[in-house]
Amino acid sequence: MEKYIVDIVYLIGSISFIIGLKMLSHPDTARRGNLYAAAGMIIAILATIFLDKTIGNYLWIFGGIAIGTIIGWIAAKKVKMTAMPQMVSLFNGMGGACASVISIVEYTRHDFSHGGAAFVAIIMAGLIIGTVSFAGSMIAFGKLNGNIGDKVFPGQKFINLVILLAAVSLAVYLSIQHHGDDTLLIVTLGIAVLYGIMFVMPIGGADMPVVISLLNSFTGVAAAFGGFVYNNQVMLTGGILVGSAGTILTILMCKAMNRSLFNVIAGAFGNTSGTSSSGDKQQGTVKEISVSDAAVLLAYSKKVFIVPGYGLAVAQAQHTCHELEKLLEDKGVEVKYAIHPVAGRMPGHMNVLLAEADVPYDKLLEMEDANSEMPNTDVSIIIGANDVVNPAARHDQSSPIYGMPILDVDKSANVIVMKRSMAAGYAGIENELFYYPNTRMLFGDAKASLTKLVSEVKAL
Amino acid sequence: MDILGFLSEHIRYIYLIILMVFLGIEVISHVPSVLHTPLMSGANAIHGVVIVGAIIVMGHAEPDNYLALILGFISVILGTLNVVGGFVVTDRMLEMFKKKKK
Repeated sequence: MEKYIVDIVYLIGSISFIIGLKMLSHPDTARRGNLYAAAGMIIAILATIFLDKTIGNYLWIFGGIAIGTIIGWIAAKKVKMTAMPQMVSLFNGMGGACASVISIVEYTRHDFSHGGAAFVAIIMAGLIIGTVSFAGSMIAFGKLNGNIGDKVFPGQKFINLVILLAAVSLAVYLSIQHHGDDTLLIVTLGIAVLYGIMFVMPIGGADMPVVISLLNSFTGVAAAFGGFVYNNQVMLTGGILVGSAGTILTILMCKAMNRSLFNVIAGAFGNTSGTSSSGDKQQGTVKEISVSDAAVLLAYSKKVFIVPGYGLAVAQAQHTCHELEKLLEDKGVEVKYAIHPVAGRMPGHMNVLLAEADVPYDKLLEMEDANSEMPNTDVSIIIGANDVVNPAARHDQSSPIYGMPILDVDKSANVIVMKRSMAAGYAGIENELFYYPNTRMLFGDAKASLTKLVSEVKAL
Repeated sequence: MDILGFLSEHIRYIYLIILMVFLGIEVISHVPSVLHTPLMSGANAIHGVVIVGAIIVMGHAEPDNYLALILGFISVILGTLNVVGGFVVTDRMLEMFKKKKK
């Protein structure tokens, strides 16, 4: 009897994942979608614990769940908005590690006297994919946190390929053995960890969202292999669903940057530093603007675009930015935000950040809409963004970001760039926009500059 | 032969996998870029379903098999972190999308 109920609960869980994911892809229903999926997860967990009569060790299970819940809940609640991407990576790594540990236990328990090469192969697949996802996610976490830099050395792709082949060959070898070999299992585990590290190491920090999304789908696949091992439908459907949706999402993210997934994985941004300086010997000089001049320019404009970037997030200046926007609106200036799809460290990063400061949703324009209004704009004010407004993407074929759609801020009458220094952006390339005749630079920390700007505008 | 036998034995799962792959593609192919991050985070939480496997490992561990007990315990913690952290982080992200009435 209980077996049937478990099956039905798993079915409901699977459906809730599908519906949840579907709702997550629409702004109005997203939050409820997340809750539906969470509810499906909870009933699947409860059904497994209470209705599956083969399950014992309740104390251990509840202990583990309690520890995981407390740590996970606090970590997720405490994390700053700017550190969300790292957090997602970290939790993804936990899932990968979980799949990997399960595989280890199942391998050591497997009864080799009955053969079952295909069964062991599935255990090995779960082990390798889960481990790669874990190790890769940890490196991605470190990179986004700023603890780990990009490391590229000659022949890296070849070495990575060799490592991957070694892991796969070992897995095949272990699968066709008729006895367990714990030493080789640990060696395979070690190689998979190494591959995960080497896979993510050369990829630039700006591409981490894409990598996390890819590793996310890896973990999904690892979970699905677990479902195969246990004949467990909810693991299988949930895992495969994430595996396929995650892969598509990864490709969509790449498309938003006008790059191919291969290009990202090959670490193109990291490799090109210094090569693009051929055609862009900058002419003209960089012109600064004082805070009071900037205030006057803004206050007497008809239409202003605010272009936020990672600098805004780092400086936590979203509230000050909103204050400036309200002040200007009070003075009769039309203020809108132009949001590049990959501004910040994650797609949607800016939307989340500005929503936190209560900026109304309808003030945020997506790239196409913003670009069509750029020529009628008096001032574009760029706050901590760089590569997404670099006109080189339109015309300089030698530029690594050539072809990436950008915000055409240079088409507005005036451009004010708020920046800490002349340093290059995340892609490591110079921005010719800074040398344009209609561009003025306002150096300083985004929050400090905005605060000064706000008081100047107030004083007008 | 072993592989073929295995496939034939699990042919229903293989159909299920293929359908799920297409479903996954279909479900999210029209997502606006604003929602890429929350969607990724939500998907991240869903693959936390691996916790079910962790519970099975833990629940089947014999009382004298310390390796399975310890590893099972660790995997339950890891899986729970993935599930709880994943859903809570996603909810926090989406909380920001609430429409404010003026």
